[in-house]
Order: sequence, then structure tokens, then C-alpha cells
Amino acid sequence: MSIKGKAYLVGAFEHPTRKAENKSVAQLHAEVAKGALEDAGLTKQDVDGYFCAGDAPGLGPLSMVDYLGLKVRHLDSTDTGGTSYLIHVAHAAQAIALGKCNVALITLAGRPRSEGHSGTQPRVWGANMPDAPFEAPYGVVTTNSYAMVAMRHMHEFGTTSEQLAWIKVAASHHAQHNPNAMLREVVTVKDVLDSPMVADPLHRMDCCVVSDGGGALIVAKPEIAKKLKRPLVRLLGAGESGKGQAGGKLTLTTSGAAWSGAAAFAEAGVKPADVKYVSIYDSFTITVLVQLEDLGFCKKGEGGKFVADGNLISGSGRLPFNTDGGGLCNNHPANRGGMTKVIEAVRQLRGEAHPKVQVKNCGLALAQGTGGQLGTRHGSATLIMERE
Amino acid sequence: MTDRKIPAPSVSPENKAFFDAAAQGKLLIKKCNSCNEYHHYPRSLCPFCFSDKTEWRDAKGTGTIYTYSVLRRGVPVPYCIAYVTLEEGVSMLTNIVDCDLDKVRIGQKVTVTFKPTDGGPPVPMFKPA
Repeated sequence: MSIKGKAYLVGAFEHPTRKAENKSVAQLHAEVAKGALEDAGLTKQDVDGYFCAGDAPGLGPLSMVDYLGLKVRHLDSTDTGGTSYLIHVAHAAQAIALGKCNVALITLAGRPRSEGHSGTQPRVWGANMPDAPFEAPYGVVTTNSYAMVAMRHMHEFGTTSEQLAWIKVAASHHAQHNPNAMLREVVTVKDVLDSPMVADPLHRMDCCVVSDGGGALIVAKPEIAKKLKRPLVRLLGAGESGKGQAGGKLTLTTSGAAWSGAAAFAEAGVKPADVKYVSIYDSFTITVLVQLEDLGFCKKGEGGKFVADGNLISGSGRLPFNTDGGGLCNNHPANRGGMTKVIEAVRQLRGEAHPKVQVKNCGLALAQGTGGQLGTRHGSATLIMERE
Repeated sequence: MTDRKIPAPSVSPENKAFFDAAAQGKLLIKKCNSCNEYHHYPRSLCPFCFSDKTEWRDAKGTGTIYTYSVLRRGVPVPYCIAYVTLEEGVSMLTNIVDCDLDKVRIGQKVTVTFKPTDGGPPVPMFKPA
């Protein structure tokens, strides 16, 4: 059984806030849920499936369905870090295909900026983690974890800091048109290389922003989607995977996107060359480069050449990416960037991206997320969607 | 130098032997007697073949740097995180210490040393061989 054509993305909403000092996390979840329902033209009473991940406060879906006043018959709180929401879309499509729900609501929200989080501090993922005794003493934080991937990629393939910088440059070209983006200034390769070294070889501008905010998606069955007054965005394929240290047999320069991407392309029945727009999780510049290789947009090791010279810039590059500015410039709500990747892909397929970055005839889009840390263990999820 | 306060590892029944050995200045590594593969971090059941015939072995304590990064911002003292590939073939997350951090390189030969933690057993780190 396949999810191809079994479900549609009918609602998408990104919270405009980037600093929510005077709001609660639950409140942000409610605001994005309301926004996505209004975008779809549905009401809260239409929702019969609810999906959330580790950013949802309290006892996850139980706290949230109570807080939001939902009555649902399907719940899913799969948590794979920042990529959870792509997996939720796939799981929602599966549930819809099986008749377990008709309208699924997926929410994400968080306030890491107001709460003072930083990528140079350790993150606590919970008690009894089997890996923690062998990692926490060594000071693994988000930045140095990804930096080790970049360092190894440079060693194996000759990738350069200049090539990585082009990813940030492209994101900044897009963010200048997004009034909500945290960083709207267009930057150059030199600007990136001149920014302070955070964790060798990653500079400050190789790192995503820390922002408050959130987002929500509505996935619905075809009969409902076709009655709504919105452009139709149909799910074609999805894949998910987890990848870690493999018992010490490391392959750090390959991400789980190699597996989730292959599964998604097979289910969708399309190939990378068919894709008009990509949203690629950009926690760091290196994250984008590795995922583009693993998805098959270029060969392993050739990502540096692929992203250089503005090739990710909409309008001039060969593969427009993250036209909202992405995590590198726009936002990274709850330190989890998967949700906004799907939202911008939906905008592109609807033709509702900013006119300056809208991809012409955008009929097929891919959203790719990673969660956790590429340097230790991570989840990966890929979604392929089309405009019907 | 390790001016950084090193958080203590959380010792569990599954990993206690590793940290008891570390307190004696010995690096242990798990080997599976069914598939003959080493693995790290240590598990009771082999992550490759799921056999419960895993046992602790003395590691040689030498290896090469697979990758590394020096964290320079947002911390009181820069420190070097790394994966070191042990002679036994598996890589372990660690710190590179007792050297000029600007001279650390992938492929560099290193040897184990043990550093005290904040209220817990010492942990293995590596310095240039």
C-alpha cells in the first residue's frame, strides 16, 4: 500500500513572531492551529487526528488535545527532533489512507529565544539515554556536532568554507523579501568567512538562527481537499529513517536522507531532476550540503560544487531552495526546522511564495528534514508533493 | 589542558565496568563473541547480531582522529571534541587534550589519557601519541 495521492496538504500557517516573550508555548500551538485551519477553510470541529512532537508541552498530545479542545480519534506523537513534522505528514497520510482520520492537525511551537537557548550549550534529551554517559562528558553541543561532519566532509572530498558559505548567501538572497525573517540583509561569501568561528570549521553565519515561533499543517483526505477553495497540494511520496554511530563504524558524511530520500522518490515515482523546488533543513550550511548529496541532486562529495556560485538562488540558480530564507535567515522555531520546510514547499506549490522568489511552474516540490544531530544520531524524513 | 569542568557520566549497571576500569586507568571496549565484532558505546546485546555473548576487552588505547572540532564561542575555554578510531576499528566520541588545539588534524595518531570529572569517575580522552 502506498500513500501516493491518498492525502492533501490543505492548510499551512507559519507564526509571524520571532520573539514571543509574553506568550506561552501552548498558546503558540493554539495560534498556529487556528491559523492553519483558517488557511484551509476548516474549523476545529473538522479535526479528527492530532500530531505533535517533543516541543508540545506537558504530556504531548494528551495535554494538547485537552488544551486545544479537540475531539480526535487518531493521535501520533512521533518525535524525531526537528524533522518530526515531515514524518507527521506522512503518518497522517497513512492514517487517512486507512480511514483512521479525515482531517489531521500537526502543530509545532516553542520559545528557545525567549528562554535563552544557544547552540553552544548542551541539550538535555531525557534520562536513561544509553549514549549520554559516552557523550555528555565531552561537551557535545549542537554546533560542534555538526562541525565534525563538516570537518570530515572537507577531509574526504575537499569541500571548502567558501562553498558552504554559498548556502548562506543563497538563503540571504531569499530572506531579503521576507518581512518576518530575522536576518534580511543580503550577505556575501566574504561576510560568512569573516564572521566569528564558532566551532571549526563553522562560522557564525554557517549556523541557523535561534527563534521563537511555530507552525501548523492540515492534512486531509481527497474528498475534503477537493471541496476547499485552495490550490490542491497532493502528497506523492514519503520516507523516514534514523541513523547514528552504528556501533562505532562511523560514516558521518552520509545522512539518513540517503535512505528516506530513496524511499520517497520510489513511492512518488519521480527523480531528483523532476523537482522544481526544494526545502532542505538548514540547521547549518553543512546540513544542506550533505542532504542534497544524499537525496541524489548531485553525487556524494560533489555538494560543494553543486551549491557554489549561487546555484540555490531562486530565479538564477539551478535548484531554488528555502525561498523563505530558511533556518539560516528566517526562523527556527523551537529549535526544530522541519515544519517551516513543509510550509514553504506548500507556498511554492500553491504559487503563494513571495513573487521575487516564486519558482515558475512549480509543479513538484521536495521537503527534507533532519532532527537530532548529524554528528551523533539523527532522524531524516523526506516528502515529495505536487500541485494538482 | 582541560580547564573545562567535565560533567560526570551517568553510571548504570550496563556500563559500570567501563567506568570502574577507567578509574584504574584502563580503556575497555566491548567485543561480541558471536560475530567477533567490536562495538562502542558499549551494550549488553551486540548492536550488529543481537547476541548477548558480549564481553569487555582491554583496548590498546591508541587510535587516529576521524574528525574533530574546536568549540570557540559561547564557552569559557575552547575545547576539542573528536571521534577517534581505535586500533580495534571502532570510533569513539572523545576530547583531544594536552596539546595545542590549533594543531589537531584528522588522521593524527593519538593515545588515551584519563581525565577527572565533576563528581564522577574519570573518562577516557586522547592526546597526541
